[in-house]
Amino acid sequence: MNKSRWLPLAVFAALAVLLAAGVWLSRNPNREALPSPLIGKPAPAFSLPVLHEAGRLLSSDELRGAPYLLNVWGSWCPACRDEHPVLTRFAETKRVRVLGFNWKDEHADALRWLEQYGNPYWIVVTDYDGKSAIDWGIYGAPETFLVDARGIVRWKYVGPLTDKVVAEQLLPMLDEVEKTR
Amino acid sequence: MATVALALSLVVSAPLLAQPANDPAPLSFHDDAEERRFHALVAELRCVMCQNQSLADSNAQIARDLRREVLTLMRQGQDDAQIKQFLVARYGEFVLYRPQVESKTWLLWFGPALVLLAGGFAVARLARGRRNASAPADARSDEEQEW
Repeated sequence: MNKSRWLPLAVFAALAVLLAAGVWLSRNPNREALPSPLIGKPAPAFSLPVLHEAGRLLSSDELRGAPYLLNVWGSWCPACRDEHPVLTRFAETKRVRVLGFNWKDEHADALRWLEQYGNPYWIVVTDYDGKSAIDWGIYGAPETFLVDARGIVRWKYVGPLTDKVVAEQLLPMLDEVEKTR
Repeated sequence: MATVALALSLVVSAPLLAQPANDPAPLSFHDDAEERRFHALVAELRCVMCQNQSLADSNAQIARDLRREVLTLMRQGQDDAQIKQFLVARYGEFVLYRPQVESKTWLLWFGPALVLLAGGFAVARLARGRRNASAPADARSDEEQEW
């Protein structure tokens, strides 16, 4: 009969382990970010207007041959302003083309924002009705994608980039992407 | 103390991701059947931004865009499964309130039944143990009878 005395304790211990595992698994501060199903798959095809050149469309095919970083932003987005210096520092290294994806914005607001804070982008495309953004699985700004030379999405980050994210995730990923060119 | 709590709540509630604020025109439907089908469908889909709301309930800009997209796809003649697949391909399984049954989600689907079985088994064992033990009951002290 002594054995069954330990049963509640064992059940309690099992539950405690289960709950501790739950807490441990949710330790990631960015845990609300959804993993992108696009990783390892071809980037969505698009043909979008270029912000600074009226009438010009940039298509995803033109981007083949070298990797690029696609950064989703909007002038309405406060977190994009937080991210801006980090992205600028990264872009200035000229390691990879940094493409701006100006999402759900107003043309004049977007131009003013870039003028005011500086334009870190190699080129900026606009998606004001948000249709292309759905193909990318974009659901907020900022979001950042790394696409390799063959047009495969290799990495995504949801939320503002920080120097830590750049150093610990983006740069190592970039090393790998450049190896498989 | 209250100030600290207020400051803390502000920090905690500060959104990591921002959403555009402009409000486009509401959707209009051709007929009742279309509207009913649309509402049934978006109630089954989860908003990717505000993760505890359905696509039907959310006011986030992305939810509006996705509702518009769902309606467009419906009008293109896609069935509910195709529309769900369209969203899963872009946003992942997360958008489904009822995830597909596959090896990754077995625990999710059958876990509760497993726990129930384990509980039933434990109760059965305890009951049997008690019945067996109750025959020579005189041999045990009161303290042991707690279990």
